[in-house]
Amino acid sequence: MKRIDHAEASSQFIKATDHMDFHDKRLWDLRKKRDRVSEALPEWQDLRTLASAIKEHTLTHLAAYLEEFERNAIANGAHVHWAKDAAEHNQVVFDILSAHGARTLVKAKSMLTDECDMRPFLEKRGIEVMETDLGERIQQLDDEPPSHIVVPAVHKLRTDVARVFADTIGTDRKNSDVHYLAESQRQNTRPYFLKADAGMTGANFAVAETGTLVVCTNEGNADLSVNLPKLYIASVGIEKMIPRIEHLGVFVRMLSRSALGSPITQMTSHFRAPREGTEMHIVLVDNGRSERLGMPDFWYSLKCIRCGACMNTCPVYRRSGGLSYGATYSGPIGVIIDPTFNLRKYSSLPFASTLNGSCTNVCPVKIDIHDQIYKWRRVIAERHQLPFVKQEAMRAAGKILASPKLYRAAVETAGVGVDYLPRFMMYSRLNAWGRQREVPAAPPYTFRQWYLKNRGKKK
Amino acid sequence: MKAALFVPCYIDAFFPEVAIATLELLERLGVEVAYPLNQTCCAQPMANSGCHEDAAATEALFVKNFAKYDYVVGPSGSCVHHVRENLTAIPQTAEVTRVRRNTYELVEFLHDVLEVDALPWAHFPHKVGLHNGCASLRALRTAKMSEIAGPAFSKPLDLLSKVKGIRFVTPERPDECCGFGGTFSVFEEPVSAKMGYDKVNDHHSAGAEYIVSADMSCMMHQKGCAERLGLPIKFIHIAQVLNGARE
Repeated sequence: MKRIDHAEASSQFIKATDHMDFHDKRLWDLRKKRDRVSEALPEWQDLRTLASAIKEHTLTHLAAYLEEFERNAIANGAHVHWAKDAAEHNQVVFDILSAHGARTLVKAKSMLTDECDMRPFLEKRGIEVMETDLGERIQQLDDEPPSHIVVPAVHKLRTDVARVFADTIGTDRKNSDVHYLAESQRQNTRPYFLKADAGMTGANFAVAETGTLVVCTNEGNADLSVNLPKLYIASVGIEKMIPRIEHLGVFVRMLSRSALGSPITQMTSHFRAPREGTEMHIVLVDNGRSERLGMPDFWYSLKCIRCGACMNTCPVYRRSGGLSYGATYSGPIGVIIDPTFNLRKYSSLPFASTLNGSCTNVCPVKIDIHDQIYKWRRVIAERHQLPFVKQEAMRAAGKILASPKLYRAAVETAGVGVDYLPRFMMYSRLNAWGRQREVPAAPPYTFRQWYLKNRGKKK
Repeated sequence: MKAALFVPCYIDAFFPEVAIATLELLERLGVEVAYPLNQTCCAQPMANSGCHEDAAATEALFVKNFAKYDYVVGPSGSCVHHVRENLTAIPQTAEVTRVRRNTYELVEFLHDVLEVDALPWAHFPHKVGLHNGCASLRALRTAKMSEIAGPAFSKPLDLLSKVKGIRFVTPERPDECCGFGGTFSVFEEPVSAKMGYDKVNDHHSAGAEYIVSADMSCMMHQKGCAERLGLPIKFIHIAQVLNGARE
């Protein structure tokens, strides 16, 4: 499988300057709002510690909590299915739909169904799938995956949305007023809630103690998707488990504050049992999570509650856009999850980071994101997935820098700026340093040469 | 007090004036400074690229050069961070862990160990934007980070406040990464350059005549960006300002 070239994709994103600047500002604004609302809670750092501890406890007792959840969900009247991977998940969902003769599915936002590539799977089998989250719907109509896990179309300007809607649902091409566009989407979507045979959601949390799913949204579309059709299917990653309902408050207090800088989402819906005369199916999905849980260091990534705060704060993400990562999960959290799906394909992603550490600081469940990025680089090098030019450059640099003699020969020659630095830093692309930056001028002497001349006699 | 001067490779090669200022400043403050002549690099470029095997011999050389000193002081946050947190490609003998523990970034050393309270020779009558490199800020924690609430503090600002005539300007995003990131600067050149442009523009809009930093590698990148953009902004290492540079 072809390697994702993040650098190349990012250069395309940056070329569209107005888009990039808007994207950067919009997400930075979310980061600033997050700062304000989190600073307003004196117990914020305690909440982070607690949330992290609850998640670590749950993940290290995951089998027991999953079985407890299953027992309670079944007792509530739900059907519980287990899917070991994406293919099994998609098949289970299709089989449930087929058994009910369902042809139309309305769904709320779910990164897991994107991860499983479910929509094309169902569409190929004659199921009409309607995304009902505004951002996700924009992306569906534009035939693009979401670029952000919370705000899927954040990389689009409203004029882009006007173009997509004009092409697909017949809005006025010249009208890019956000209220007009949102209302047009609502009018387009609403009839589907009434005619759909089935509704679908993901879950933000699954409470083992009660067998309840908790879904946090701002548009109300999840509630309509669940409460109108006669069949409700929920796709839930096994890491979404929390032990008890009393733990929920810790996460609910942090989720929307971290994501959007708002105290809470408009809707925090608890789905516990099917309404009378309807069915509720819960698909618990592994798809690589068990394997990740077995990885030293990297299992901490399973604590993630998908708030997107690490993406909003990431200076690289804001300037390269989610689609440049070529994966379902982008930004810092994507960088540490994606290689578990396909090391080779995503081997460039851990290098799409300056290791600045801002992601780790904003993470509400204290995932050591930038340390994990650093550790992934080593895994990638050890499994020989570095680009040849970088591998060779590092081998040469390692030899030169381990030898005072070779090092001196390299830096003490005239014109050091074009001779020495390029060799170990600059030869990845043709003069990548100098394309948009001036190269530092070479001074007439190194510090060591100055020292020997001016202080040498003292020694 | 005795200390060894650790001069990172890129400072040795490109910015000898920064190492000279560091040496002179430490001496002015009464430190007896040794400069081990066989030093090269801390091995961060290889280790940050994942190439720990290629980093091992350089790390071993670093430890050998600095083993006999109680204090090792370097004017570069990211290199010191590598030594302290990530110098792990070689077996962690008592000698290795001692060297790692004894290695200080210059600002930390001045602020925490020497507890410098006056710099009577320092006079820098300019408007200055302070740049804290991410390793200094979020790893060595020399200043309050914008992501974590709490009382404001800044070790570099404490030191710079003792300089006569200096005025500070605050950019809109004071601790946003500037995009250097070591090899990131070349392997992710488009984003790196864009981040650098945004950073220097932010300082320029705030009215900075100079960007001052304890991290020369960030400034090497920012300087390259500012020069390409034609911005009239100058760059100077904190060691030079504290040592009395006037330019």
